[in-house]
Amino acid sequence: MSGPVLAQAAGGKAAPARPVRRPSPAGMLPVVAGLAALALFLPIGQRGAEGAAVTWLGHPMALLFLLGAALCVGTGRSAVTPMRSAVMELAAVLLAWALPFHLLGEGFDLGRAWGMWLFLVAATVLLWRVLAVFSAVPGALRSAVVPGLFGLGLLAGWEVVVRGFSVPFILLPAPSAILATTAAQAPVLWADFYQTVVKSVLRGYLIGCGAGFAVAILADRVPFLARGLLPLGNVASAIPIVGIAPIMVMWFGFDWQSKAAVIVVMTFFPMLINTLAGLAASERIQIDLMRSYAAGYWRTLALLRLPNALPFLYNGLKINSTLALIGAIVAEFFGTPVVGMGFRISTEVARMNLDIVWATIVVAALTGSLFYGGLALLERATTAWHPSMRRR
Amino acid sequence: MVLAQTSLQPSEAAGGAPDALPRPIVQADKLSLVYQATDKPVVALSEVSLIIREGDFVSLIGPSGCGKTTLLRVIADLERPTGGAITVAGTTPEKARLDRLYGYVFQAPALYPWRSIERNVMLPLEIMGLPKAERQARARAQLELVGLAGFEKKFPWQLSGGMQQRTSIARALALQPELLLMDEPFGALDEITRDHLNLHLTQLWRRMGKTCVFVTHSISEAVFLSTRIVVMSPRPGRILDVIDCDLPRERTLDLRETPEFAAIAHRVREGLKEGHSYDD
Repeated sequence: MSGPVLAQAAGGKAAPARPVRRPSPAGMLPVVAGLAALALFLPIGQRGAEGAAVTWLGHPMALLFLLGAALCVGTGRSAVTPMRSAVMELAAVLLAWALPFHLLGEGFDLGRAWGMWLFLVAATVLLWRVLAVFSAVPGALRSAVVPGLFGLGLLAGWEVVVRGFSVPFILLPAPSAILATTAAQAPVLWADFYQTVVKSVLRGYLIGCGAGFAVAILADRVPFLARGLLPLGNVASAIPIVGIAPIMVMWFGFDWQSKAAVIVVMTFFPMLINTLAGLAASERIQIDLMRSYAAGYWRTLALLRLPNALPFLYNGLKINSTLALIGAIVAEFFGTPVVGMGFRISTEVARMNLDIVWATIVVAALTGSLFYGGLALLERATTAWHPSMRRR
Repeated sequence: MVLAQTSLQPSEAAGGAPDALPRPIVQADKLSLVYQATDKPVVALSEVSLIIREGDFVSLIGPSGCGKTTLLRVIADLERPTGGAITVAGTTPEKARLDRLYGYVFQAPALYPWRSIERNVMLPLEIMGLPKAERQARARAQLELVGLAGFEKKFPWQLSGGMQQRTSIARALALQPELLLMDEPFGALDEITRDHLNLHLTQLWRRMGKTCVFVTHSISEAVFLSTRIVVMSPRPGRILDVIDCDLPRERTLDLRETPEFAAIAHRVREGLKEGHSYDD
């Protein structure tokens, strides 16, 4: 009776439970090899849309890419450290991903190039393996190289898929086309950026956040203000921006003032509510301490309550940084001088110039990320003492 | 020298004839405090009369809800009494607070996490408007006094609970107050740290000769530290007994094993028993 039970217990002990089970990078290499081998029997493209299918053997250059990649992986196998073999495998991945670009450059159509696509899938699995090794190493490799390779992989995939399958330009342009448009249209994009970001967003953001902060301090001193304003905050956050934008245009005209006004309406209440929450964050005992020092209202505010409120203030500032950009772009749909990011998107969509629309989206995304990232860095520098930021 | 004026022994500081009593620092006369709770009024203090003289170390002891913390907060002008009279250092508690005549040590260290240990101790001095050099000198001296020299640049969360509470004592002392008010400062600490800090505190008190009011619910802590022990009782908060604790001023932890110590502790325990019915 006790025999199987004991054996079971021993078996349980032999395989200790792991907290997290991740796919093992070691098991991926056979998958890569299998996929690549399968790819060998499939075509790698056609010369032109109507041309005959070309196989690996019919294209010595493609074969060279394949052999080079295989050689890299093979050399990597005999490397002394996992890191060195990962670097060799990365070289193989780059070589593999260069193949579709080479074929596209020769005018190949990749719509039915199943051998080539399977080969790319194998290369992507190999990249997974490389990233798994890299991300186990702390430092710049993990914090910069891994996200960089990841993003590069996404862009390359986008580029190859769009060009390989000849996706219509209207639906989705290739990243290279967007980049070319961005460069060619730089003066226009800069003028739009200046109008929308520098004129509308920055001013509206500063006024909205500043007013939200100031009114929060006032409401802290005059309690009925807080009671009256907080329900209004809920109403304001439910107002559709497409409703107030035309009204603001009628009030403040076509130029940046009306956009700034929309942003003020959007950012005022998040800042007010966050500041009020931050001002309430000080503990009773800390307030009593300031009282025992005979510190007045403003002293207590500056030395205790505002430092305690900082994490909340940053929260409001970060939420508002994205709200402000969205607000300005959408508000420009409802009347603007013939410049601005929202104006550009609305007019170029109508003219089917989707590459300019995409270029504008790139500018907006970069601006938003930098804005938010800058605030996050500032937060880390000034609230390093907060439990959520502490590094011992 | 900064410490010179405070290092006088209490008897010398009082001046006058040698048998004259030292000057009263806290004088409470039929002090009452009634809170208006939602259902019925709560009597936190009922006709409390007490004189605390210069150089005294007075412990307020009693079960939870006996008003010991409330009494301390009234002395500190953190609460206003609803009846009776109280003077602190010969003036009203409010004037004493505005003149920064007392230092208050809370149950928790209440250090500001964005300030280093040194800048935490400098906080009250900053509010007083002292020049930077003097702030720094005073902070360094106080930190050395509580045995935290070398920790000036650390941040509160990098220190143990006992060190944090010592920092808060240094912060209270940096004001160079006439009166040190302490509200269960070691309540949250383990017994070993607590013993250590008790010893530290009694040595500090003997050296500086300050008047201390100390809230606790540990009998041995009260007997070990005090010159007088005020036994309080809840519902309503009132004083049951004031016990003179005439042990020598020079105290070591071994004192707690002596029969004199045990006798006073016994009297305190009897007093607490008298006022506390365990039925409610």
